[in-house]
Amino acid sequence: MAVWRFRHFILSSILNDFKLRFIRSGLGALWGVIHPLMQVLIFAFILSHVMANKLPGIDNPYSYAIYLMAGTLCWSLFAEVMQRSLTLFIDNGNLLKKIAFPRISLPVITAGGVLLNNLLLLVSVLFIFVVLGHFPSIHLLWLPLLIALTLALGLGAGLVLGVLNVFLRDIGQFVPILLQFVYWFTPVVYMATIIPEHYRQWLALNPMYTMVEAYHDVLVFGRMPDWWGLLPVALLAMVLLGLAMILFRKASPEMVDML
Amino acid sequence: MSILDVRQLGKAYRQYPSELHRILGWFGLGRAPVSEHWVLQDVSFSIAPGEAVGIVGQNGAGKSTLLKLITGTQFPSTGSVAIHGRVSAILELGMGFNQDLTGRENAFHTAGLMGFSRDVVQEHMPDMEAFAEIGEYFDQPVRTYSSGMQMRVAFAVATAFRPEILIIDEALSVGDAYFQHKSFNRIREFQEQGTTLLLVSHDHQAVRSVCNRAILLEKGRLLKEGNPNEIVDFYNALIAEKEGDDSTIRLETLGDGTVRTISGTGEATVISIQLLDTKGRLLEIVGVGDTVTLYIKVKVNAFISRLVLGYMLRDRLGKSIFGTNTHLLGRELENVQAGKLIDFRFTFVANMGPGSYSLSTALHSTRTHLENNYEWRELAHVFEVANLRHAEFEGCNWMEPSIEIR
Repeated sequence: MAVWRFRHFILSSILNDFKLRFIRSGLGALWGVIHPLMQVLIFAFILSHVMANKLPGIDNPYSYAIYLMAGTLCWSLFAEVMQRSLTLFIDNGNLLKKIAFPRISLPVITAGGVLLNNLLLLVSVLFIFVVLGHFPSIHLLWLPLLIALTLALGLGAGLVLGVLNVFLRDIGQFVPILLQFVYWFTPVVYMATIIPEHYRQWLALNPMYTMVEAYHDVLVFGRMPDWWGLLPVALLAMVLLGLAMILFRKASPEMVDML
Repeated sequence: MSILDVRQLGKAYRQYPSELHRILGWFGLGRAPVSEHWVLQDVSFSIAPGEAVGIVGQNGAGKSTLLKLITGTQFPSTGSVAIHGRVSAILELGMGFNQDLTGRENAFHTAGLMGFSRDVVQEHMPDMEAFAEIGEYFDQPVRTYSSGMQMRVAFAVATAFRPEILIIDEALSVGDAYFQHKSFNRIREFQEQGTTLLLVSHDHQAVRSVCNRAILLEKGRLLKEGNPNEIVDFYNALIAEKEGDDSTIRLETLGDGTVRTISGTGEATVISIQLLDTKGRLLEIVGVGDTVTLYIKVKVNAFISRLVLGYMLRDRLGKSIFGTNTHLLGRELENVQAGKLIDFRFTFVANMGPGSYSLSTALHSTRTHLENNYEWRELAHVFEVANLRHAEFEGCNWMEPSIEIR
């Protein structure tokens, strides 16, 4: 298996990326934690009074901030892996043109790098939870599964669009806009309960709605996620990854010519 | 048994009505491409282990595309490449280096990209560091390097592990003379240990001296394949031909099987070449340090407004030893009438090492033969130089030293 043979390269690429961010800026990879947390702070500051009373099932004065952090943890993983997969082939064009190596390494490196950043954020978030007096329940143990699922979903969608983006560069411009839309149709900042009932069923079409709600279940409300609801999301992630693989195989002969 | 088999290889760039049709095309849908641009077509050859093959051709002839198809960074449109062994390619040195990482970190990373494990790289790291010879810079960020230093590290990494096939694209022409020598030595070492070499170079000296076979590509097709001297001569003739439309290339096989290339438009032609001693006698063997006269007789077939005669001495491997022409010497002829016979006599001291030499002649109108190539004659004359009067010495040049020992 090519990934195994090139494990040293993959690992050193991920670590190099991480190290480089510290070389280029003093706080380095910590900025990957500071950005989402600042966003949480801003939303918490502006919206906490509007939202605070509408969060049932949790007894903590900082409940809204906790809710925000759980959702942001999920969303930032999805958004980052999607954005980086989108430009993966274009960013590595030079490498692909000049050196023959198993191309599968590239998405693995991306996924690994994003995961590393997200784990840093997770550690920070859990630390803040404890400081705020919110102790996660045993259901926290489900989180690795949810992280894997979010990663697979973002990687699948990102790679499908990433392969097409090499040929149709408009996709690269359009996807950030799409991500903005999906963000606001995902209950990260608000509670799904504030959406009128007859609109809420449409929200369920957004796989990220299901994902973020599962994060909320595990991190905020301390209960088991809705596995039946997550099953279609898992299937979608698999289909997207499969599709990405097929597209990549088909595109490979011509991809380098277009970079 | 060959180590590299290239069969009917072709590469086309296809243009579609829109990129959407290209994507649909992967699934058998969409419209056919509107145009196809073939950069390489029907190229077949095979290379035996240990061979050194040079690829020559003009810019855009498809040389680099061919190498990319062989290394596997690009995919062929037709045909196939079969490789039996590990390939290391130096397509563009220094690429893939991260400017913010140190030379050592980049060396690790690049060797990893070649598929080597950390332990193996660790083991070879002192070699790489020693070969690059950039001292403390090895642990500085690459952005502080000069381009020559980057290339030293890149070459050290690319050749840290002996590959079965080494592919080099123009990489040898960069860097300072010292490092060029060093890289050449390493390539020679690899060759001796059995590495097959595939070299693209505009440095024809390199092709002549390193390769045992050459391939000439022209407009994406394999035009000719054979002995490197023969191919490079043919290529030079081909370039000269481009300038004048009515010129021809003629190949003559000499007694010992070597091929003489003669090209040109034919307004003037060399009819005899002789080497004479100071008393005007014909020389069979030239002694080292002898004064000799090169006597070239030229026949003019049509009126020529300006005529320059040039000659080039080459050693056994085709390496240029000395070349000049009557323009450089300030003696070009003007308004030469048709039917005229001209005698040229060049007298010089043959301070050359013993061995076999060849002489090429060129008749043209300006400094180089690229404009108005009347006649270009490779291997026009072959002669031997022997050491008859001096102490034994090594090398290609006789430089008599005076010696003083205290």
